[in-house]
Amino acid sequence: MSDGRAGALAHHFEDLDQQHEASSLGMWLFLATEVMFFGGVFAAYTVYRGMYLPGFEAGSHHLSIKLGAFNTVVLLCSSLTMALAVRAATLGKRRHLITFLALTLALGLTFVGVKLVFEWYHDYETGLAPGINWALAGPHSRGAELFFVFYFTLTGIHALHMVIGIGILAVLIGMAARGRFTPEGSNAIEMTGLYWHFVDIIWIFLFPLLYLIGAHY
Amino acid sequence: MTATATENSTGVNYLNVQYGIRSWLLTTDHKRIALLYLASITFFFLIGGISAVLIRIHLIEPQGALLQPATYNKMFSMHGIVMIFFFLIPSIPATMGNFLIPMMVGARDLAFPRINLLSWYIYVVAGLFTVYALIAGGVDTGWTFYTPLSTTYANGQVMAAALGVFIAGFSSILTGLNFIVTIHKMRAPGLTWSRLPLFVWAMYATSVIQVLGTPVVAVAIVLVGLERMFQVGVFDPALGGDPILFQHLFWFYSHPAVYIMILPSMGVVSELVTCFSKKRIFGYHFIAYSSLAIAAISFLVWGHHMYVSGQSVYASLVFSALSFAVAIPSAIKVFNWTATLYKGSVSYDSPMIYALGFIGLFTMGGLTGMFLASLATDIHLHDTYFVIAHFHYIMVGGALMGYLGGLHFWWPKITGRLYPDAWARFAALVIFIGFNLTFFPQFVVGYLGMPRRYAVYPEEFQVLNIMSSAGASILGVGYVIPLIYLIWSMRYGPAAGPNPWGATGLEWQTPSPPPTENFEQLPVVTEDAYEYGSKEAHVV
Ligand code: HEM
Ligand SMILES: [Cu+2]
Repeated sequence: MSDGRAGALAHHFEDLDQQHEASSLGMWLFLATEVMFFGGVFAAYTVYRGMYLPGFEAGSHHLSIKLGAFNTVVLLCSSLTMALAVRAATLGKRRHLITFLALTLALGLTFVGVKLVFEWYHDYETGLAPGINWALAGPHSRGAELFFVFYFTLTGIHALHMVIGIGILAVLIGMAARGRFTPEGSNAIEMTGLYWHFVDIIWIFLFPLLYLIGAHY
Repeated sequence: MTATATENSTGVNYLNVQYGIRSWLLTTDHKRIALLYLASITFFFLIGGISAVLIRIHLIEPQGALLQPATYNKMFSMHGIVMIFFFLIPSIPATMGNFLIPMMVGARDLAFPRINLLSWYIYVVAGLFTVYALIAGGVDTGWTFYTPLSTTYANGQVMAAALGVFIAGFSSILTGLNFIVTIHKMRAPGLTWSRLPLFVWAMYATSVIQVLGTPVVAVAIVLVGLERMFQVGVFDPALGGDPILFQHLFWFYSHPAVYIMILPSMGVVSELVTCFSKKRIFGYHFIAYSSLAIAAISFLVWGHHMYVSGQSVYASLVFSALSFAVAIPSAIKVFNWTATLYKGSVSYDSPMIYALGFIGLFTMGGLTGMFLASLATDIHLHDTYFVIAHFHYIMVGGALMGYLGGLHFWWPKITGRLYPDAWARFAALVIFIGFNLTFFPQFVVGYLGMPRRYAVYPEEFQVLNIMSSAGASILGVGYVIPLIYLIWSMRYGPAAGPNPWGATGLEWQTPSPPPTENFEQLPVVTEDAYEYGSKEAHVV
């Protein structure tokens, strides 16, 4: 989101403060659009959850709370390492910065890997993929199918955000290795941090909405 | 006249600083990007215009004079999609907003110049999808993409067209985001919020809608796409889905979106009315805050498009009341503009004629909106030509008039040239007459019961339809005239000088065309906007 090369003052700003404030406001606005985007899907989810509650519960019972909880912990840790990376950047500690960025990236990859291999692929194999391979029978099949439509939509969009974040982290690590960030010129790190935390928070909403409905511990 | 507005000492401006196609395609100068947008939206205006011409020719005869019924459906769909998403929504923001906001706030550029360029490329990619959809067979869903028509029954390039709209949304979001940040963070010293030009206030309100509304229509399109690709029942009732939900998501964006189209024009008209009355605008704060009020309330009225689609009557009641509420801030503006004219020394240069046209036609459109917002009358009027006339009065009579007025007002600033004002006044008059002849009969024919979106109609409606088609040909001529003399003026027009209208505002205190960084020295503002009559605003 931040324009202007790290460390340098772009020609159209008066000073670094102005540039920094502009980047943050821009990022927050971007996150506001994201809230509205996810909000739209959440609204649709809520409508159908109201219409097909037993189906949604039946669908939810097919998800693994263990894997979901594991991934939640992974993401929360990644938020911590991301925050530490931002701190390292403002202190100008390049080695720490690279380490924490790399840790964040690794945790992000773990999340996506678990999601892909142990959850989505498993769901697909066991006939829980609406429209592609749907084998769930029973009285609540229709509602459960809608549940899985939203499950895949929401976790899919979320995972897409993760993958984009991971790509940005990779670029930042490369830039950090080349010494492109200074304590004053580390807008890009801070903005990526905001984005990363936002994606985490989305998951904090997704986990209970998808995994924990109709208590089945 | 402002003493400090000198001719550019070096003669270098944003147009001649660099030449060649690369210097345009890779530019990050907000003024050049504005011109890239101007060219692209003009292209889409032509496509939308051609489809309108075909529609009007077709409707000369009750059985349809020109097109197959299926082709007719594709024609009005393409007309709506192109005109709304590719012309009107970007129109003023992406051209005049882009060009003027940095200058009006006394900055060298928008906050994120590269994102600004990116938004244009996104727009172009989106446009390519739409052009592809058009060439590869068209869409027949209307611009509203209602389900289950769009998900289950429609033939043709629904996905390509919907993707075009989806992608164009990102361009709109990025433009809005850029404006908000610029207005918050890049104002010149002394330029407090209550000294901002009203155009900037209007653009701010517009941007809020773009940033908060657009993602929701994106979601709706994603869900339609999923349903089409995987045959799952998000909206299809046969598969357990709810088609009304689509309408909720769609109108949650698309009603506020009508204010994305009209608010910028209101901003333009605020500038024009005060400049050509040579009088301080009446009720500055009312006009400024009414823009924000419109933006806020516009998010709460979407259900007035769904009175007959099976939504709860209680919801309809609330939506109806709120729709009446949203008309209040619009009326506040109209009253304040009128009060500004009162005892002003009004001159009728061409931009002012457009502005006056705007006020009259917008008022008609807004008042007929009240008919539609009333539950009982809407049952009769819904999906008739009355609705078509209502929104064309606002979107063409209002938004497009404002766009043209603004274009004529700032053209000397943009190009450094004057156009022949007599021709411009003539064109404005032709447009006004052609417009009314086109759309007034549609109020009548709609009230009499002619439904929209049909390729044929009962014989008794023919006279009114012929009137409308005749008006459309006059209107068409009215649009071609400015195209000719504006292009002519770029080469042959006399030099405009920095401030041909004697207007206040920072953009007039820099040479025309402005230098790349807008000001030779960044301005310091010491006065309110629109100090007409008393003393001139000046740059220190
Ligand atoms: C003064 C405030 C306004 C009110 C109360 C109002 C009310 C309405 C209502 C109730 C409808 C639905 C009619 C129906 O389908 O039965 C409608 C349709 C429409 N209005 Fe307005 N309107 C207002 C302002 C505007 C503005 C400013 C614009 C555009 C810039 C606009 C554009 C439209 C469009 C495009 C439609 C038709 C949508 C479609 O079905 O294709 N309206 N309006
Ligand atoms: Cu509306």
